[in-house]
Amino acid sequence: MKKKSRYLIGVIPLVLVAGLLVALWAGLSHQPSIIPSPLIGRPAPPLTLPRLAHPDRQVTRLVFKNHVTLLNVWASWCVSCQYEHSTLLWLQRHGVRIIGLDYKDHRIPALAYLKKYGNPYVQVAYDRRGLATINWGVYGTPETFVVGPHGHIRYKYVGPIPQPVARRTILPLVQRLRLDESVS
Amino acid sequence: MIAEIGLYALILAFFMAASQTFFGLAGAGTGRLRWMAITRPAAFGQLFFMALSYGCLTDLFVTSNYSVRYVAKYSNALMPFFYRVAGVWGAHEGSMMLWMLVLALWTGMVAVFSRKLPVVFANRVLGVLGAIACGFFLFTLITSNPFVRLLPPALHGGTLNPILEDPLLVIHPPMLYMGYVGLSVAFAFAVAALIGGRMDAAWARWTRPWTLAAWIFLTVGIVLGSFWSYYELGWGGWWFWDPVENASFMPWLIATALIHSLAVSEKRGAFKSWTALLAIAGFSLSLLGTFLVRSGVLISIHAFAMDPRRGMFILVLLGVMSALALAVYVWRAPLLWEDGGGFRFLSRETLILFNNILLVAGAAAVFIGTIYPLFIEVFGLGRLSVGPPYFDHVFIPIMFPLFILIGIGPYLSWKSGSLRALFRRLWISALLWLLVCLLLLLLAFDSHWPPMTWLGVLFGSWVLLTAFVEPIRRLWLRFRREPVRLPNGVLGMSLAHFGVGVIILGITVSTTLGVWRDMPLKPGQSYRMAGFRYRFDAIGPARGRNWTGVRATFSIFHQGRLFAVVHPEKRHFFPDGGTTTNAAIVGGGLHDLFVSLGNPLGQGKWSLRFRYEPMVIFVWLGGLLMALGGLLALADRRYRIALEVRPYLPIEDSSNSPDQAEEESP
Repeated sequence: MKKKSRYLIGVIPLVLVAGLLVALWAGLSHQPSIIPSPLIGRPAPPLTLPRLAHPDRQVTRLVFKNHVTLLNVWASWCVSCQYEHSTLLWLQRHGVRIIGLDYKDHRIPALAYLKKYGNPYVQVAYDRRGLATINWGVYGTPETFVVGPHGHIRYKYVGPIPQPVARRTILPLVQRLRLDESVS
Repeated sequence: MIAEIGLYALILAFFMAASQTFFGLAGAGTGRLRWMAITRPAAFGQLFFMALSYGCLTDLFVTSNYSVRYVAKYSNALMPFFYRVAGVWGAHEGSMMLWMLVLALWTGMVAVFSRKLPVVFANRVLGVLGAIACGFFLFTLITSNPFVRLLPPALHGGTLNPILEDPLLVIHPPMLYMGYVGLSVAFAFAVAALIGGRMDAAWARWTRPWTLAAWIFLTVGIVLGSFWSYYELGWGGWWFWDPVENASFMPWLIATALIHSLAVSEKRGAFKSWTALLAIAGFSLSLLGTFLVRSGVLISIHAFAMDPRRGMFILVLLGVMSALALAVYVWRAPLLWEDGGGFRFLSRETLILFNNILLVAGAAAVFIGTIYPLFIEVFGLGRLSVGPPYFDHVFIPIMFPLFILIGIGPYLSWKSGSLRALFRRLWISALLWLLVCLLLLLLAFDSHWPPMTWLGVLFGSWVLLTAFVEPIRRLWLRFRREPVRLPNGVLGMSLAHFGVGVIILGITVSTTLGVWRDMPLKPGQSYRMAGFRYRFDAIGPARGRNWTGVRATFSIFHQGRLFAVVHPEKRHFFPDGGTTTNAAIVGGGLHDLFVSLGNPLGQGKWSLRFRYEPMVIFVWLGGLLMALGGLLALADRRYRIALEVRPYLPIEDSSNSPDQAEEESP
């Protein structure tokens, strides 16, 4: 083989690698894809739990009916829930209906927590063992779901909601859902 | 205090690596012996300071020092001592530290064992290794410093992902890293030889044991990871073609090809330029694997941190290293074309050539399947994921011809084989194989095996028999006092090939004859599957040191008799960890029974998954046999001779290429 073509053959891997690098570079600057919860777009899983403040009464899936609702999973022992609390109160002030789900907690500290930091919730369901929440695919606390008026899950946020996400994503989503899925 | 010592040690280790690079490469380039004398001590210095720094981080973990951010985030006083030590590499920063510690260890080993190599060459190797280390030190110091303080200190620690709290997982990453990073040695040897413009049989002999050692670690690491995912991820299955699994599998395939082509380079002086390219590709794929895991470009269960800055840095690192290495290759490889023995079509060289083509094609298939979704997304063509069906349909057919070759290759002579000699050596295996085929036909004729089972079992037994018969044949010939040797190298090869056969059987039988069903059951109900009856006895709450959960009890009956009582569990880790499904697995011999607990479905019913996995243990057994075979080959006398007896190697004393002779004269 001629000397020149030998060099040319050597260049092939170099070109391939260069192409790969460019593509990976583009992949990095691309928005990293987020795995949505498999629940999104699906009807909310069953939920039947006693209420936190009124153990004799129950919270069921019916609470989602005809409202756009946030389901916020929290616990009094969860430090990051405290960071999130002011955001939840802010959302409540802007007319968002929030249902709380107290996760693997005890009643007394949970109620004390709400008294101390303020209560953004319309109702709070109490899941002592964290078993009912398995169906919701809850990974930890805090976690927040947006449920449409027909009981479909529309959005999920894992971790404490940052203020910008509340302002730019969640609040507009709630308002849009109210219009889109408005109930006659 | 400890954290600061750790950080300073890390910085010092960086400077050690930098001087190792400079004095190694520049010293070799200019031929200054005084400069070159610094390289090896610098490599030891790098190892010392790196070990010190790593020790500091471990100490911070063990003492749960929450004034360090990384510790506060991933250590927890609730974790037992063992996991606090292992927790160091449970997340991004620490795993980079482990990576560099492993690299420093390999570098130290090279520094120790390269004393007998030509000075210039050894310096170039250490210089290249130092350059790799420099890149990673900079990466860690700039983007992922594990010693950053947290003020005020956290009150309690965070947690490791609970799924990672497992003894097997403690040794899985170090093993894998030893393999990944070990490929850097082959890379450095190749680049150093390319720079010198000289690559001979001695070079291949030096490179082989290092490559083999890295390959052994990589094999063990992959086997452990696969075994762990089988019993821990909870839903069965031991290989998911997950991007990160692929990231370890691609370098493994390339390293396997490299081991074989190195054999040709050593014995026959052929394939040299190709071997160099494989060595470069192997380590580049390791780096690519690191990039894929660290950057979050591809989503997988293994992804640690989604930090684009880190991803960018590793990408630059990957680009610079592989581009530089390839540039050296383009510049120097044409020099290597000249020598090299010719060979006929019917020769072991040809078969190894096909072996290389098939393995590289396999790696390319995996590569495309891993990267393709990214390309699609980048070019705005939508979002898709490439699943197991792609890999099953593309990768597996590539492997079948390899299984035929694996049986023939070791029986064929180098350079020019004759069909007649081949037949004389192979006929016993071929006959035995035909007998096995007949026996299987008779025994399993009416068992309604799907075609894939037949194919896999027949190919598998071919590999098994040919690998098994060769050492026995040689022993027999030796017994008859014929001049046949049975060195550890051949024994190791046979054992590794035997392992391949075992894996083929395991994969075929477990995937084609395994059964699984999802079944909702209430306590008290029973379910019958594959000859076993599973009775759901009870379910109740359970708790452990740092988790609460539910625990079910199943009695399994076989032919009316109690076979086993098992307890599948579902665990929720606190304070805010995740949930794991701890499946119950019994068997461990020829078949595994597998019960895992899903979600409550209301009215006392639970979703359950039952699996019957025949011969699944063969998959890991085969992998371990391969690693053992590698170990045996590593113990071959030849490599020790290569290390010990310097004067017998003519390469460094005489017959140097002109440019190298110039370099060595001061």
